[in-house]
Amino acid sequence: MDQKKLAIIATKGSLDWAYPPFILASTAAALGYETQIFFTFYGLQLLKKKLSLEVTPLGNPGMPMPMGMDKWFPVLGLALPGMQGMMTYMMKDKMKKKGVASIEELRELCIEAEVKLIACQMTVDLFDLDRAEFIGGVEYAGAAAFFEFAGESDICLYI
Amino acid sequence: MADFDQELDASGLNCPLPILRAKKTLSGMSAGQILHIIATDPGSVKDFDAFAKQTGNELLESKEEGGKFHFLIKKA
Repeated sequence: MDQKKLAIIATKGSLDWAYPPFILASTAAALGYETQIFFTFYGLQLLKKKLSLEVTPLGNPGMPMPMGMDKWFPVLGLALPGMQGMMTYMMKDKMKKKGVASIEELRELCIEAEVKLIACQMTVDLFDLDRAEFIGGVEYAGAAAFFEFAGESDICLYI
Repeated sequence: MADFDQELDASGLNCPLPILRAKKTLSGMSAGQILHIIATDPGSVKDFDAFAKQTGNELLESKEEGGKFHFLIKKA
């Protein structure tokens, strides 16, 4: 049986959206898939050595808020300084209590399982990011390199 | 619960950690050996079934007992 392949494009750099690519990639690898994640735009944040990912209630009406805050808090209140930090803290705390892995842990499991992590060179240049900020083992490539793998993949996801 | 060679307690862990830990433990075992996994994540019932079907490792038993889920997987 040929090894199945999973190709993922990760475009988002917030704490909540960091989960789907790493959860799916690590699980696919455990199921025997050859897996690649192509990180572009804000997704590049997920490759930094020191992750400082946050979650924001702004522009996200689907986010459950503690103590019914979404009911009585005006939208502008959510923009108050410190609100994002507080929501991030609460989210991380909740995840820990519910036995949800941290992004650092899931990323490490992906690396251990030989998931290939590719950074989009164009957006690295666009944002003046320094390769020294990223974890080791990351490869740098462009759209054509992505298609070389994605074209042969069984599953291809844009996240 | 039948005999097993190794045990993995994944209680309190959430998706996808029970599967990832099981995979890791299985890679250190030999073919034919049996792994007993204990989990509290209700999603793990369908997940271990799917894991077994996709990896070729055999799910010998899957049951709930004392509020926990127990799985016996035979390494292919």
